[in-house]
Amino acid sequence: MSLAEAPPAREANAPADGDLAVRVRGLINRFGRKTVHEGLDLDMRKGEILGVIGGSGTGKSVLLRSIVGLHTPNAGEIEVFGQTLGNLSRAERLKVERRWGVMFQDGALFSTLTVRENVMAPMVEHTKIPPQLMRELADLKIRLAGLELDAAAKKPADLSGGMRKRAALARALALDPELVFLDEPTAGLDPIGAGKFDELVRSLSNGLGLTVFLVTHDLDTLAATCDRIAVLSDGKVLAIGPLDEVRRNPHPWIQEYFSGPRGRAAVR
Amino acid sequence: MASNSTRFEVEAAADGQQVLSIAGDWTVWTVALVEERLRNTKISPDAILDVSGLERIDTSGAYLIDRAFGALDGIDDPIAIRGQHPSLERVLKRVRKASPAAPPDPIRPPGLIALLDRAGRGAVEAWLELMGLLSFIGETMATLARLAVNPRRIRWKSVVSVMEEAGLDALPIVCFLSFFIGLVIAFIGANLLAQFNASVYTVELVGIGMLREFGAVLTAILLAGRTDSAFTAQIGAMKMRQEIDAMRTIGLDPMEALVAPRLIALLIMTPLLTFAATLSGIAGGMMAAWSAMNISPTMFLSRFQESVAPINFWVGIIKAPVFALVVAMVGCRQGMLVEEDVVSLGRRTTSSVVQAIFLVIAIDAMFAVLYYMLKV
Repeated sequence: MSLAEAPPAREANAPADGDLAVRVRGLINRFGRKTVHEGLDLDMRKGEILGVIGGSGTGKSVLLRSIVGLHTPNAGEIEVFGQTLGNLSRAERLKVERRWGVMFQDGALFSTLTVRENVMAPMVEHTKIPPQLMRELADLKIRLAGLELDAAAKKPADLSGGMRKRAALARALALDPELVFLDEPTAGLDPIGAGKFDELVRSLSNGLGLTVFLVTHDLDTLAATCDRIAVLSDGKVLAIGPLDEVRRNPHPWIQEYFSGPRGRAAVR
Repeated sequence: MASNSTRFEVEAAADGQQVLSIAGDWTVWTVALVEERLRNTKISPDAILDVSGLERIDTSGAYLIDRAFGALDGIDDPIAIRGQHPSLERVLKRVRKASPAAPPDPIRPPGLIALLDRAGRGAVEAWLELMGLLSFIGETMATLARLAVNPRRIRWKSVVSVMEEAGLDALPIVCFLSFFIGLVIAFIGANLLAQFNASVYTVELVGIGMLREFGAVLTAILLAGRTDSAFTAQIGAMKMRQEIDAMRTIGLDPMEALVAPRLIALLIMTPLLTFAATLSGIAGGMMAAWSAMNISPTMFLSRFQESVAPINFWVGIIKAPVFALVVAMVGCRQGMLVEEDVVSLGRRTTSSVVQAIFLVIAIDAMFAVLYYMLKV
């Protein structure tokens, strides 16, 4: 169950249920009269990097928020690590929550704390690690996320956009989660910074056996990091599979997405 | 996730080689159990790591092992591992790549030096704030002078809207508070002065007090709490969303479009509010005198006319535009100083209100000294 035993699953054959990190069945989300998800099903395997794409308003972020429990869906069942979140007691739920880390689109770093304190915040809350070791571990996470240590004592406001994203990733990794949710990690980064971030996600997933749920609009990120891609449209998962397979799907949106000039350049 | 007992053992093998055997879970949840003992255990960099009893491991556990083998001292030799573990090597490799070259400085408790350091910084900051405020007032005066030459550039629409928001809407609360203060002064005066059989002097007490001090100061403090913070928040929010920068790029002067209308509106409204505050304060005093001392309103007013000189009115009302200037300038300046993060908006709003109230009272004290010397 821990990342120790999670093999870097790269094979495409269908997994048993025990190998699923996230299992969503019949998810329904409505906002007023607008239906965002209409019976959405999604399977996510342990150790994979799953890219979630879709046009604006197709509910990528809502799906993420529903899985991590920030949004209560109108109907549907969500299982994470084989446990149905809706049925758990508070303590049990907390145990599951500790096994994932979330990185929000704009970082959502605590603005009154330094980067190091931000990374330490989950540890302070949940573990009994002595302060000195906690600082050392926080510095390790900061370096793991690809930041230099002189950023550790800075406030989020003093960081550039790219550095803020890395700091947010470091905080998401604070408790060594097995599953990481990334909401548009490369949005607003320059191509070089975005490329480096893609590499980082890939190398963390390989090195630490992380399972990554990645919402993105960035075609390069899809091509460079994702093992599988899920396309959201019309409230459902329209297609899911490796990039090459999804690209061949005849659905007009998918065709437009991948065969526009940007799509062709990225997946060439 | 049952925690398996986390432990380690150091022993010397037959050939003198040191062996560190680790067992159980080495994760962020369990490292606290072994960290102190491991820190104090001497392990040679060429020791063998025995992982046959190791169960789960994550980056925190790997960091501890790496540290024990001297990674922080720059030793970078690969660790000799005995036994099999599915992920240890992978995690260890990733951690070593990210391992900081040296441990972070230990947490130091703040001492006397830190106290002096902060006091010094505070003093310099206060001085710079004062200079900054003066230069901002200068800049605003230059803008006003430009507007006076070319009055068509004054944004009357904004002026009127601020007059309503900061002036008219504040009228009820200003009058209410002032009424109660007048009431309180009269009651205090009634009891004290009755001891000397001089209760009728309550009229002078209320009249002079309201006219000279309370009308102007109460209004100014209310404006500092209500309007000054609103100015900072409004301008600060615009600054945060780069609206001020956008104004500059299309040739709009924020001093002219945002600061000047607020200042003009307050300069007009504060004396009026002060006047209203003074009136309702006197009404409050009259009420108290009537109910507690049987001084009828007619008697109150005729005594008022006889014994309270009109100069007292001018002494009070002349302070109103000065307070208006302080409130408008502090509020707008702090708003312009907001940076692009939310924290600075909160901090600036707080310091805006504190500065405005402080300055109002300090300036009032200066007026009192001035009037004393002028004998008015």
